[in-house]
Amino acid sequence: MASMKPNKPSAVHSAYAWFERRLGLAKPLMEAAQHPTPERSASWWYVFGSAATVLLTLQVVTGILLALVYTPSAAEAWSSLQFLNHNVTLGWFLRAMHGWGSDFMIAIVLIHLVQVFMFGAYKFPRELTWIVGVFLLVLTLGMAFTGQVLRFDQDAYWGLGIGASIVSRVPWLGGPLVRLMLGGPIIAGPTLSRFFTLHVFVIPGILLALVGLHIWMVLRLGINEWPMPGRIVSKATYEHEYHEQTAKAGIPFVPDAAWKDAVFAAAIILAVMACAALLGPIGPSGQPDPTIIQTAPKPDFAFLWIYAVLAYLPADLETPFLFIAPVVVIGAMLLLPLVAGEGEKHWSRRPVAVLMVAIIAVTLGVFTQLGTYVPWSPVMDAWSGDPIPVTYLEHRTPLERQGALVFQNKQCRDCHSLGGVGGMRGPALDSIATRMTEDEMIRQVLQGGGNMPAYGNALNPAETRALVAFLKTLHGKDLAPAVNASRDLEHATAMHVAASPVTSRTQ
Amino acid sequence: MSTPHEPGAQAPAQQASSATHSALHSRRAFLFKLSLLLNGAVGAVLAVPILGYIFGPALRKSSSYNAWVSLGPVGNFPEGETRLADYLNTVSTVSDGMTDKVACWVRHIEGGKFQVFAINCAHLGCPVRWFAQSRLFLCPCHGGAYYEDGARASGPPERGLFEYEYTIAGDTLMIHAGAMPTLATQACVKKPLIQIEQTPVDVANGKPAAERSTAWPA
Repeated sequence: MASMKPNKPSAVHSAYAWFERRLGLAKPLMEAAQHPTPERSASWWYVFGSAATVLLTLQVVTGILLALVYTPSAAEAWSSLQFLNHNVTLGWFLRAMHGWGSDFMIAIVLIHLVQVFMFGAYKFPRELTWIVGVFLLVLTLGMAFTGQVLRFDQDAYWGLGIGASIVSRVPWLGGPLVRLMLGGPIIAGPTLSRFFTLHVFVIPGILLALVGLHIWMVLRLGINEWPMPGRIVSKATYEHEYHEQTAKAGIPFVPDAAWKDAVFAAAIILAVMACAALLGPIGPSGQPDPTIIQTAPKPDFAFLWIYAVLAYLPADLETPFLFIAPVVVIGAMLLLPLVAGEGEKHWSRRPVAVLMVAIIAVTLGVFTQLGTYVPWSPVMDAWSGDPIPVTYLEHRTPLERQGALVFQNKQCRDCHSLGGVGGMRGPALDSIATRMTEDEMIRQVLQGGGNMPAYGNALNPAETRALVAFLKTLHGKDLAPAVNASRDLEHATAMHVAASPVTSRTQ
Repeated sequence: MSTPHEPGAQAPAQQASSATHSALHSRRAFLFKLSLLLNGAVGAVLAVPILGYIFGPALRKSSSYNAWVSLGPVGNFPEGETRLADYLNTVSTVSDGMTDKVACWVRHIEGGKFQVFAINCAHLGCPVRWFAQSRLFLCPCHGGAYYEDGARASGPPERGLFEYEYTIAGDTLMIHAGAMPTLATQACVKKPLIQIEQTPVDVANGKPAAERSTAWPA
């Protein structure tokens, strides 16, 4: 444009002028793009918000493309995904991009949240930007959950069952809410239609509107300055200081700061494409046939921690926790900028904030890790069909061998491991005889307790005797089995009494 | 309005015009408020069918979906065994595909005595599986375990398996089914429909009061 001669406007310029006279958009857009940014905020730490927006755009585009083939009907959804995976040219890749894009989006939104929190960017005057951001997080997770339902495979079907079971625990309104969620009495056609409507129309509509509002506020209030220890935010002086700083030492967002956002956005899109190409589409798993029950349903990665928490909550605490905890957590996030809208921004002066982020990150990480290998679940493909390893038969009496058979046949290994093979629901039994005496084992097997069912009805006395005889041989290599000291004492006392009856009588 | 006036006559004319203008403005503002009210009323009327459409399934009683459905001849369920059965749900729609089928566990105790359990774990609705050797139902999701009579054995469930009411019509085993059993439809406090050997039930907390070996805190 600079090279154009002002006297002879080119065709391009006059076309531009024609549109601009009618639209009037170029000037405000240029102003917005070039708004002054604090120089140090043009940092690689400040690229996550724009990356989340770019990923959202990618999700919208790939989502629209998938909708060309996907059939939102419980009868055909699963087959249409198989068709996309195997019959439509590059259908698998588009599905993979949408699936991995969603994982990346959750990750980037969380990183953005932590960055904004650690840099104190939620403080005055950006409180509402943060509050809208909290809703954006909830909506992003809502998109992930509803998207997982649209896969409509076994995991989605039983995941809906988990959702309905959680909703059913709402006091008084549980029943109507379950039917509202499912669109009828059971998980079926209307359920998928409802989740399709949520995933494709309702949530994206709200999400896009709120993203617009979020970005509008970022432009209006300016990008958060680089926090410095000791620089205190005060409602009386902050805006004046910020504007003075940006007017004096600010740089235009485009191009001085935006190039980093653009580079990171390109890297993220490439990463999504790489994951999609190398790891392929996510699912669908087995077809949604409710009569095929040989399945261990599991949610997507982002929800594994919830799945783990639900396994560890005591039964009496579960319902209150399910409904009080989210209200407390989301409520605390919404109130945060209103309660702590002033003061220090720098993380080194906010030890509680740093500690909170660390604790929450470790907690979520641990529960997610547990969710990947579900130690609380019995190994459902029972071991009764496998041969008994020879090591458990060698040097054992016929009764002990019979016990090894009972151990194998009664599916004890669903929950207990031997030699590292078996479930993790109960303790490993490799050295059980060093921890429990014969009497304790009999009691534990027959009566259960401590999270173990009672086997009194499933074992006859001969089987119990053999099983315990086998368990008594499991005491590791160089360890002695536990003995009942009181029984020895009883025996010794009896001997003593028999030897000196007179003394005993006088006592 | 743009007609030229004599300078002296201009001020009163302007005053008159401004008075008319403000009267007109007040009238228009009133009409605007009235139009808001009108639209509010239309919106309220419009909301009735929309909300009725969305909340339709929620407004219907869960029990209104229930009906007697067949699980097949009694002979399919040998005495002393627990077997998987399925049925077509009482309510189905055009787009259900295979999801209008529902599975359940049938335990034939003896003679005419049965127990029919929902497939859904009482914890969070995952499909429980029967292990005949250890005589337990186990849930793959969070490790809920139930005894053969459906009573809670261990794990996170707060009650035993959900049970269907059953009857034997001629040679056919029928159950009363229709809505997905959840804690909302079969809450803790509700007495299970069938209890083997008529174990007394502690109605206050819905757990069998008879001595079970799970008296230990689980």
